[in-house]
Amino acid sequence: MRYLPLTPDDRDAMLARIGVASVDDLFSDVPEEARLTGTIRDLPDHASEMAVERHMQKLANKNLVAGSVPFFLGAGAYRHHVPSSVDHLIQRGEFLTAYTPYQPEIAQGTLQVLFEFQTQVARLFGCDVANASMYDGSTACWEAITMAGRITRRKKALLSNGLHPHYVSVANSMARFTGDDVISSAPELSAKTDIADLIDMIDAETSCVVVQYPDILGRMEDLTALAAKAQEAGALLVAVVTEPVALGAVKSPGEMGADIVVGEGQSLGVGLQFGGPYVGLFACKQKYVRQMPGRLCGETVDAEGKRGFVLTLSTREQHIRREKATSNICTNSGLCALAFSIHMTLLGEKGLRDLAQLNHAKAVKAAQQLAQIDGVSVVNDSFFNEFTVILPVDAREAVRELADRSILGGVSLGRLYPNESELSHALLITVTETCTDADVDALVSALREVLS
Amino acid sequence: MSMNNQGRPTRSEDIETGCAPATFTGNRALILEEKLIFESGSTDRTGIDFPAAPDAPSKLGGLERSVEIGLPGLSESETVRHYTRLSRQNYGIDLGFFPLGSCTMKHNPRLNEKMARLPGFADIHPLQPQQTVQGAYQVIDELADWLKTLTGMPAVAMSPKAGAHGELCGVLAIRSALEARGDAREVILVPESAHGTNPATAAFAGYKVEDIPATKEGRVDLDALIARLGPDVAGVMITNPNTCGLFERDMKKISDAVHEAGGFVYCDGANFNAIVGKVRPGDLGVDAMHINLHKTFSTPHGGGGPGSGPVVFSEALAPFAPLPFVEGQGGEYRLVEEENAEEHHASSFGRMVAFHGQMGMFTRALTYMLSHGADGLRQVSEDAVLNANYILRSLEDVLDAPFAPSGPCMHEALFSDKGFADGFTTLDIAKGLIDEGFHPMTMYFPLVVHGAMLIEPTETESKDAIDEFVGALRHVVAAAKSGDANLKAAPHHAPRRRLDETMAARKPVLVYKDSETAA
Ligand SMILES: Cc1ncc(COP(=O)(O)O)c(C=O)c1O
Repeated sequence: MRYLPLTPDDRDAMLARIGVASVDDLFSDVPEEARLTGTIRDLPDHASEMAVERHMQKLANKNLVAGSVPFFLGAGAYRHHVPSSVDHLIQRGEFLTAYTPYQPEIAQGTLQVLFEFQTQVARLFGCDVANASMYDGSTACWEAITMAGRITRRKKALLSNGLHPHYVSVANSMARFTGDDVISSAPELSAKTDIADLIDMIDAETSCVVVQYPDILGRMEDLTALAAKAQEAGALLVAVVTEPVALGAVKSPGEMGADIVVGEGQSLGVGLQFGGPYVGLFACKQKYVRQMPGRLCGETVDAEGKRGFVLTLSTREQHIRREKATSNICTNSGLCALAFSIHMTLLGEKGLRDLAQLNHAKAVKAAQQLAQIDGVSVVNDSFFNEFTVILPVDAREAVRELADRSILGGVSLGRLYPNESELSHALLITVTETCTDADVDALVSALREVLS
Repeated sequence: MSMNNQGRPTRSEDIETGCAPATFTGNRALILEEKLIFESGSTDRTGIDFPAAPDAPSKLGGLERSVEIGLPGLSESETVRHYTRLSRQNYGIDLGFFPLGSCTMKHNPRLNEKMARLPGFADIHPLQPQQTVQGAYQVIDELADWLKTLTGMPAVAMSPKAGAHGELCGVLAIRSALEARGDAREVILVPESAHGTNPATAAFAGYKVEDIPATKEGRVDLDALIARLGPDVAGVMITNPNTCGLFERDMKKISDAVHEAGGFVYCDGANFNAIVGKVRPGDLGVDAMHINLHKTFSTPHGGGGPGSGPVVFSEALAPFAPLPFVEGQGGEYRLVEEENAEEHHASSFGRMVAFHGQMGMFTRALTYMLSHGADGLRQVSEDAVLNANYILRSLEDVLDAPFAPSGPCMHEALFSDKGFADGFTTLDIAKGLIDEGFHPMTMYFPLVVHGAMLIEPTETESKDAIDEFVGALRHVVAAAKSGDANLKAAPHHAPRRRLDETMAARKPVLVYKDSETAA
């Protein structure tokens, strides 16, 4: 067996040193009746690389690869071009096969990357500090809500109706157990977001207002007034960014006053991967740093005075604080954070702005083309690379029919909000730099066919 | 081409050895110092070319960015060098022995990486129409099948993102089951030896946490546990094999007692590597257990994740498992989500995460399982346990092994700091091992042993590698016992000497500040 180095002679010599006759003697603490004899039935025996590869390839072939067709899906997971060097670098064994950097003297590579990552995320979000990553955007969002609860000692979270419905679901599942009061509703198909309503709803019990930017329909509005109103009432503004590339084009939530900014970092470096692993981004104002969840990397010096990095402020964490920890998170999303950081370094400010501009311009042009189809209208006044259109037919049907024509045409709001019949004709369309003019033309003409 | 050797010395005997002088650059040959990107990059440099954006009006709603973000860029060549240099300041399994107890740092097969990167898995969107991702659902279903079969449990939730997230999944299912029968219990019992995530999870889920006492042998004290059970106890969280590296012999009795008292049994399955193919937790009365795919099933740790923590469930808890999950029927797969859960999964406690879990880890873990097969996985646990016992018996004459007299260990061997010279600690042993070229063991965990050293070799180490490690550790232990000042100052040969963690925590510097360059 190719991953097991012990030979039968090795095993015999080792058993002799231990002083037992057989390996089974080492399992003597397992009660007889719980011990399996022989190998588990119903499972195949070991297989060669070739055989395994054949099986996996067969399964992979059953999927329609995003890059092989005109592709317009988003809704919290975006398809961007990831430069080849990213995947090469994250596969260096020193990064790939390291553990969490518990021994900093031999983990400066990971630690310096985390320090750079934290700085990139903090600057991108317009915040003072960021942590070393969370599992993904949806769990980061819930952690932000609980953090706001700890800070304000209040239990009511107002969720914007433009927050990703899966993020809302996660918050609802968790709140049921923690006793938090989570207020949420489904979005309306209008050009305006619900910011004005949220401002009205803030009261003395509100711990935080959670608003996505750009929101689930792709809309963006200035958050400044909302932040001010929330803070005036002693609540926090939590902003959620599911498409960080947007921040190459528009103001960051931090600039507009958000207290905590969380996000999904999958857009940079990570790829679609059918939903995971992704990388949760988590940033906030300096004054709240001791309430943050997750790992933090900080700068220090070594015994010779050389700059170095370590995991720090761990008295917030489960391994020190146990039941009093700010979160139970342990393993986070380190390698995806590395991929994010490398991609961001390759981009730099100029690259990020160019990428954002390219996404936006392509999306604007696509929206113009789609709006010319009979019966199709665009909901948004504002958007980055994702916008909502209303079709004259059920959008889930349309998506399926487009898929039959080998076009992945978008995410129907019916899929995201199955119980909201008013949303059933709405289709969320994302246009990134990976979409060519020909792709957009193909979508437009296929949609014309489907609607005729 | 031939080398001109005229006048070129070819022997080194005249060279003076001894203390290495400082270098001009601070580099030491292959150990290269590397600036931060904020010091070497600039906002107008980039490593990616884009086509010009087409002309189009702005629809950004008047929110155009006006201030600079401050993101430095590097060209591709500089980027490759930056991260390559940084990588060389890291220790990984690829480089050497990494016996971090409780973390199961085994070899990460490269076939797994290749399979996870097949475009049919890596380049598909989680919300694609279901008819276009049947192969992805099949991966999830096949992996689920392996996990259920290996654990002898009837159901599995695949979406939890790591071990701790799996714990949360299990504890929330327990709470849901209790609530469904109108039983508001408040307490979860957790042994002191448990990983910090266990009590943190129980608290996160709204429970009060109480300690379960341990016996002198390092196991759960069955009598004390039974005495504490009652109508307020929602359940227990027990790690088996436990964090002292011992199998909980009384697991079945514990489960029976907890069930009898109306509670549920959560098993922390972080240490499943010791028993995979040998023991099924389902036969021990477990109601829920997470499996760290990033431990037992070899998905790489990546310097701190991503992980994946599927949770297997008993019949009693299965109805409460989270959404979404994959269901197969006659070769067709579909996703059970909020929309269709009502049909036959109405008691689910809901969604824990956007989308459906760590697909990239699923493909790797399935690849690993298929590679090993049922026979290989059994050999995995046998070799892991054999290696750990070999270490235990090769060191117990020089290191205090508090639980060694009571019998064999499972996949990891636990030692204490008893007998070191005054002022010498487990930390010194760890730093000494670094100089010898090894990644240290887990230190100061579990908390039940003073100065704990938890050594988990895994099955992918050879006897030679272990012998070398044992030799080095014996040498370092001798230094700690004799009070060798050099050890106190270790590491001497790593990219950094000991780092000041107190200073880091006292005045936290968590992001780079440009003013630093000026200072
Ligand atoms: C015994 C034990 N339980 C739980 C965990 C938590 O797992 P994760 O880090 O994947 O969240 C660990 C991981 O270190 C562990 O060793």
